[in-house]
Amino acid sequence: MREVDLVVIGGGPAGMAAALEAARCGVKRILILERDQALGGILQQCIHNGFGLHLFGEELTGPEYAGRFVQQVQEMGIETKLDTMVLDISPDKVITAVNSEDGLIKIQAGAIVLAMGCRERTRGALNIPGARPAGIYTAGTAQRFVNMEGYLPGKKVVILGSGDIGLIMARRMTLEGAEVRMVCELLPYSGGLTRNIVQCLEDFNIPLRLRHTVVEIHGRERLEGVTVARVDESGKPICDSFEYVECDTLLLSVGLIPENELSKAVGIKLDAATSGPLVNEAMETSQEGIFACGNVVHVHDLVDYVTLEGYRAGKNAAEYLAKRELRRTEEVSQVRAGSGVRYVVPHSIRSGVEGEIKLFFRVAGIYQNVQLEVRAGEQAVYSVKKKRVAPGEMESITLGPKVLEGIVPGDITVQVKENIA
Amino acid sequence: MSLKREVTCVVCPMGCRMEALIENNRVMEVKGHSCKRGASYAEAECINPTRTVTTTVRVQNGQLPLVPVKTDKPVPKALIMECMKEINRLTVKAPVKAGDVLLENILNTHVNIVATGGTQCT
Repeated sequence: MREVDLVVIGGGPAGMAAALEAARCGVKRILILERDQALGGILQQCIHNGFGLHLFGEELTGPEYAGRFVQQVQEMGIETKLDTMVLDISPDKVITAVNSEDGLIKIQAGAIVLAMGCRERTRGALNIPGARPAGIYTAGTAQRFVNMEGYLPGKKVVILGSGDIGLIMARRMTLEGAEVRMVCELLPYSGGLTRNIVQCLEDFNIPLRLRHTVVEIHGRERLEGVTVARVDESGKPICDSFEYVECDTLLLSVGLIPENELSKAVGIKLDAATSGPLVNEAMETSQEGIFACGNVVHVHDLVDYVTLEGYRAGKNAAEYLAKRELRRTEEVSQVRAGSGVRYVVPHSIRSGVEGEIKLFFRVAGIYQNVQLEVRAGEQAVYSVKKKRVAPGEMESITLGPKVLEGIVPGDITVQVKENIA
Repeated sequence: MSLKREVTCVVCPMGCRMEALIENNRVMEVKGHSCKRGASYAEAECINPTRTVTTTVRVQNGQLPLVPVKTDKPVPKALIMECMKEINRLTVKAPVKAGDVLLENILNTHVNIVATGGTQCT
């Protein structure tokens, strides 16, 4: 069986960053396994700009951002297998994969980085009643069709979900000549960035219907229309408000789910709140020598943070390979999501780690004039005032070495505190 | 004749809701901004709103049928759909690489259409 020091599963921004950093740290035999025809992951189809503001100080398009890393991967001579699907990972790190050139491949890995990204929630998961006419796609699928394959999915569009993917596709479809009739959003607020509300909806006079959802699909062979309805406080449709909207295309932008089938296969512990692996500050999962980074851990807003997470995973994978283990210690802080916080990554911090650690988290609702607080037991060890925080915008808090010294191995809680003053 | 216009800022995630006072096609005052960049954005939005357009261009004989492109500078917002028509008239021949100028001075705006990704010949 072929032996490889580090196998990276996924050649998007997370996987490429991990591979590059591992190579820079001296790992010799690295292999990136990518199921698509090219590296770049989801960035290939994100042709709009806004990427790389933090890392490069520029507003790049997705392909431009990905291109910078693809070039580095090529320059460093890191081996890549494209069109290659990983089917299984065994607990002793044997990877089973398949492609049409090599057939079935088995590889013994020294260490693994999981960077499989995420998938979209589908209509089946939403249980929207109706037959199964053509014309219903997740927004990301439509994005791939339009931006990479050259197909326009339809001419009269309704979009369900006002997250950034839905908003971006509202604009994209309009630019290519379709009529986007409305964007429906279940919640009383949009999950997308304000800049996207302005540049994707307001610019084109596309109505945003808050507290609305699609309750029925009409059409047998091809979508003919949808019934939309207003929903009450608990998200239940209000019968009096049912409205028929003629359309031939329904795009669903209703949630991204980290893709962890392989993680489950190898027995890695997952966090129910993120649907991704539990990781420590080294991005190592519950299985030693298996690391994870990017959207497979938790869905990110900024690709810059994905890259930094990838660097972290790659660096620690390299250390694991050099020493045949990462320092094991009983003294570990559990990091918990407190009041107002949905989840925090990393989930645990080992004692004796050098340098600062960044905690990434999402709040559970929209809060104004609050304090984001890090508590160790009864004590608040860090606090920052925020005018506005929202679930759609990931927050981060940096804990410096002095602060960490005082806390670890005690437990840490991140919470939202309403300002009484 | 003075006009009040509401502008939501997009410069940073704060998304300040601003109000601009316009007189004789000049912005006299901006209220509700938290920083200078916001005030500048409000002014530009009222007098001469511009946008970067990102889309795709058809490729002949390429491994991929399309390449992604962008306007290398923002264009007047009112010209967005006209620009799309112009861009959709194009077909470029492979190979294409990121950075290639595929169309110069679109609609006399001195803005170029530049590839942001490439493709090899089949």
